[in-house]
Amino acid sequence: MPNGLSFNRLSERPGGTVTICFEGQPVTAQDGDTVAAALLAAGYAVTRTTPVHGVPRGPFCMMGVCFDCLLEIDGRANRQGCMVRVTEGLQVRRMAGARSASIGEADA
Amino acid sequence: MPERTDLVVIGAGPAGMAAAACAAQRDLRVLLIDEQPAAGGQIYRGLDYTDRVKLEVLGPDYPRGRELLDGLAQPGIRCLPESTVWQVTREREVFISRNGEADVVVADRIVLATGAMERAMPFPGWTRAGVMNAGAGQILLKGSALIPDDNAVLAGSGPLLYLLAWQYLQAGVKVGAILETTPRSNLIQAMVHLPGALRANAYLRKGIGLLRAIRRSRVPHFRGVTALRALGSAQVESVAFESGGNAHALPCSILLLHQGVVPNVQITRSLGLEHDWAPLPRCWHPRVSAWGETAIEGIYVAGDGGGIGGAEVAAQQGRLAALHAAQHLGAISVQECESQARPVRRHLAYHLAVRSFLDTLYSPAREYLCPSNETIICRCEEVTAGSVREYVRLGCLGPNQTKAFGRPGMGPCQGRLCGLTVSEVIAGARGVSPAEVGYYRVRPPIKPITLGELATLPLPDEQQLEAQDIG
Amino acid sequence: MQTEFAVVGGGLVGMAIAHGLLRLGRQVTVFDEGDAAFRASRGNFGLVWVQGKGADMPDYARWTRRSAALWPVFAQTLRDRTGIGVELSQTGGIDIFLSEDEAERGVARLSKLRKALGGDYPFEYLGHNALKQLVPEIGSTVTGATLCPEDGHVNPLYLLRALYAAVLDSGGQVINGEPVRKIEYTGAGFVVTNGETWPAQKVVLCAGLGNAHLAPMVGLSAPVKPVRGQVMICERVVPFLNYPSVQIRQVGEGAVQIGDSKEDVGLDDGTTSEVLAGIARRAVRTYPLLRDVRMVRSWGSLRVMSPDGYPVYDRSRSCPGASLVTCHSGVTLAAIHSMVLAGWIAGDAHPELVEGFSAERFEFQPAV
Repeated sequence: MPNGLSFNRLSERPGGTVTICFEGQPVTAQDGDTVAAALLAAGYAVTRTTPVHGVPRGPFCMMGVCFDCLLEIDGRANRQGCMVRVTEGLQVRRMAGARSASIGEADA
Repeated sequence: MPERTDLVVIGAGPAGMAAAACAAQRDLRVLLIDEQPAAGGQIYRGLDYTDRVKLEVLGPDYPRGRELLDGLAQPGIRCLPESTVWQVTREREVFISRNGEADVVVADRIVLATGAMERAMPFPGWTRAGVMNAGAGQILLKGSALIPDDNAVLAGSGPLLYLLAWQYLQAGVKVGAILETTPRSNLIQAMVHLPGALRANAYLRKGIGLLRAIRRSRVPHFRGVTALRALGSAQVESVAFESGGNAHALPCSILLLHQGVVPNVQITRSLGLEHDWAPLPRCWHPRVSAWGETAIEGIYVAGDGGGIGGAEVAAQQGRLAALHAAQHLGAISVQECESQARPVRRHLAYHLAVRSFLDTLYSPAREYLCPSNETIICRCEEVTAGSVREYVRLGCLGPNQTKAFGRPGMGPCQGRLCGLTVSEVIAGARGVSPAEVGYYRVRPPIKPITLGELATLPLPDEQQLEAQDIG
Repeated sequence: MQTEFAVVGGGLVGMAIAHGLLRLGRQVTVFDEGDAAFRASRGNFGLVWVQGKGADMPDYARWTRRSAALWPVFAQTLRDRTGIGVELSQTGGIDIFLSEDEAERGVARLSKLRKALGGDYPFEYLGHNALKQLVPEIGSTVTGATLCPEDGHVNPLYLLRALYAAVLDSGGQVINGEPVRKIEYTGAGFVVTNGETWPAQKVVLCAGLGNAHLAPMVGLSAPVKPVRGQVMICERVVPFLNYPSVQIRQVGEGAVQIGDSKEDVGLDDGTTSEVLAGIARRAVRTYPLLRDVRMVRSWGSLRVMSPDGYPVYDRSRSCPGASLVTCHSGVTLAAIHSMVLAGWIAGDAHPELVEGFSAERFEFQPAV
């Protein structure tokens, strides 16, 4: 559920919209958005819980410095949501604490 | 064999773009690397796509970056977007991660143009979702044309705070409030530097214009704000503070923070270069020559990464480094280098004239440099200022010891966000200057890299890694 | 004011000795350097390790096992005193082999040890399938591993913090910031100089690599040299790895620590991409699921190695009251250093085995 944080679009990009999937819910984003921007625009403030004390966090710096917007994107854990562009059908999930090692597993 | 090139420029902001263009014009083969999909840096972010509304809101300085972007359209420049540099060596090897693969390029010259980042502004609750850097607000505006809801609150100190407020006003956002944390005494101290600043009075006029527009807008503007707290549960719901002897609380779902920008020194630190403590802007500057060259021959620093000067200064410094590199590689003579550098240096002096004034005027309040014990200062490892003070009591003298004692600086951001605060807190607890306390020893990787990527690099003798009986 | 014991070096070795002396009711002042010193104590791998140790010196194997056995009590003592848990886990450790050749050498080493110790040396060899039962995450090219039930690991950083807290809480003093440059024997005691001068009745040299130049000042010898190890640590991962190995372990908070190289590069504690790539390659072969896990930090650290790799414990004949403790395995031996060796230094106890670790042994053997 989006939780009450609100950003509005000043203008729309003619390139059109992209739909990504966040925690199983469709999220409409603008072409050119980062995943973190798309989630904020859709009203999702909390994008992970920390591995230390399990507290909720959201995007903070939006420029790749703080690592607070870590997300699971297309099955890969702990990716910086502010550094990945949206593409159609992108599967995005919150990171809940520490990652699992089994994601992306393949034997050598 | 790794790829070789004349010049690698790391960072495609104003310094990097200017350096690349200047070098390519002098026939150097340039590789320009940046993490973002398009050049521009944070200041000119999103300039590859703009519309009328966005340009009006962002103001007259923003489209000036277009000239720098256009300068990149030269055959000598190869751009490597969406690429992360994770190590630079003294032998001028640049290790890159791109599309999930590691690679290495060897350069004759390197310009580090990694820019600035916002100084952390820790206070209780600043880790709550919905609390963001003011720069993040600006990035959302430039990159995605996003503006916040009407009750957004801006808190802190410094020109970017006013610029963002002004931009939001242009966009029709009714800003909830501006909470000014600048100590009132700063203005008096800054007056000493005013004559120097008047040499670059365009900056002052611009600043006064912003402040005037904000005043006219009747946005609630609280001065001398202390005891800032972001309250709520998962997300920020209100902001509490004191101003003028009164306690206040305002509802807000978006709280944007700013107390100046500081150089991003991860690469220069990782190279083991000397850094000097700059007491006025309260940050570290890598030690460089007048050309921006570091103690490692052929590695330069240009732009805010060497000390905050802003976009104009950055571009000029990028050109100086490029000229010196071109001269070293024989593309121009020593005389040509000197004569071409002369006008560049003149511009530089003009744009730098205002720094002392601004640095003094917006020097952060002690409370947000050295936060209260309960405040989390390492966001990654959730370490409080009080814990760091306890490690000092146990005998830690510097940040590498406190890191070992309680993990501040050990998380994925690798100490970027907490580094200055931890040094300030230790210095405060010991009663010495951060210059004496020092900074984190930064080691590669500059940014986290997967083992899978790392494993694809050339191998050493594997026997060296086999278990042995070594006592 | 004169201190009874000046312990030179505030790493794991010095602090364990200081802690032990304080528990014996002695008065202790620890001298330590500043933030940027070479510190094996914050660069090490955190193993409480028995397996393979002392292949050429059975007494060292015995000494190591005794320390491992003392560790639970030691950890509890620290926790009782300071409230700091050091994440001790001693559920057995594995030495993983990636080729038949490695496996043969590894088993031969442990068999030799078992023989030297009269059969009392617990380990077993597990082939690929048996190992996979125990550690399902291993890769298909892992040959096998030796398992020693006495191996384990701790959080070495919490250990260091706990020792500081315990030493200060027990009335010990720490004087830090400047390295000790000079120690003089006055006939009646010692004067330690670190910029200022400090009188002491006795000195204990625990200065790691610094012992090499300090020891001769008090009639001792510490022929130690640095051997660099490069280590990396990865992001936190949900716990999956129950058995530490000498190269990969999962630490208490979930991060995966991976090591390590052995390089003779003098006092350079830097890292190199080539070596880190090799470490990563081996780690991914061992546990393929680590491929997508990110390295967050890497570092080089300097081991303190004597010519044969074993500890040096000595007391000065020409300067009575001066003693020396130096070793590579400051974590594993922390328990015995604190609980046994400190008594020997204090002169209260004469434990067996200690005399064999004198530096005199190098006078009759060529350096390795």
